[in-house]
Amino acid sequence: MKYVRQLLIILFISFLGELLKYIIPLSIPASIYGMVLLFLALELKILKVSDIKETSNFLIEIMPLMFVPAGVGLLDSWGALQSIWIQVVVITLISTVIVMGVSGSITQFVIRKGKKKEE
Amino acid sequence: MKSFLTDSVFLGVVVSLLTYEFGLWFKKKVKIAIFNPLLISVIAVMVFLVVFHIDYADYQEGAKYISYLLTPATVCLAVPLYEQFELLRKNLKAVIAGIISGVFTSMTCILVLALLFRFDHQQYVTLLPKSITTAIGMGVSEELGGYVTITVAVIIITGIFGYITADAVLKLFHIEEPIAKGIAIGSASHAVGTAKAMELGEIEGAMSSLSIAVSGILTVVAAMVYANLL
Repeated sequence: MKYVRQLLIILFISFLGELLKYIIPLSIPASIYGMVLLFLALELKILKVSDIKETSNFLIEIMPLMFVPAGVGLLDSWGALQSIWIQVVVITLISTVIVMGVSGSITQFVIRKGKKKEE
Repeated sequence: MKSFLTDSVFLGVVVSLLTYEFGLWFKKKVKIAIFNPLLISVIAVMVFLVVFHIDYADYQEGAKYISYLLTPATVCLAVPLYEQFELLRKNLKAVIAGIISGVFTSMTCILVLALLFRFDHQQYVTLLPKSITTAIGMGVSEELGGYVTITVAVIIITGIFGYITADAVLKLFHIEEPIAKGIAIGSASHAVGTAKAMELGEIEGAMSSLSIAVSGILTVVAAMVYANLL
């Protein structure tokens, strides 16, 4: 029964996330509200990690799989993409690499600067 | 036979899982980053649908139950975040600097490239939210008057591309700190990338999860400013 309860907790928080999305008129998805709610629940000791550990690990582990249908959906948006796809792909590839490089480098730079200060 | 294939509720899920499983096996065999299970599965399902003349809508009838789990799974990202919170607090300045620079780099990059390719306003705002999670990105694109379907497609391409190239890009930029790796992956390629960060380690995964939430929310605000620039 452990898994039923874990799933219940996770789905209930997802539901609360939906509720917040319904009430608050911002374009923030239910999943982000839910993530904040679960974090607060853990931080305020309303929930323990052990209350959801196994189910949560399972869901996180299979997460890449959940993007398969959306990826296959590219078949359907092909019509809209057709005329500009080369430019779109170029922009996507270049900007993804640059963003990853810049944000990672800056984070690392600040971390290492802090470490040096400590020494 | 054809109507059976299109009517089946389980076929979409079975094909998705089967091709993903094949992708996992294939990745173990060849050990080349580009052959990752997600990409293999997406391509194999596409081929399957085209060969058997099955509409995406019919596939989606069953496959939507896989996507259904996405919200609860994203909610669960709070667990690694909570477990690494001490580390986050200690490195708060670095984390915030990294995420903010990621958001602005992304938008500036798109602005410059859109100018270069002579994109019109609508095409430009369509691409602006490409580095953030689909649910927020769709909202931003809609708000700014972009083509929402293309935005979704671009977000997915960004995610899969980030997932595939993360190892190489991190190496190229000499990013070695686990925290920096997580922030880099999450800022550039949202939840799909976070799946990759999770494979690298708990810290990477937690930081990447944090990036999804923070950069997503920051983008909502920043995109409104950037939308006026072209």
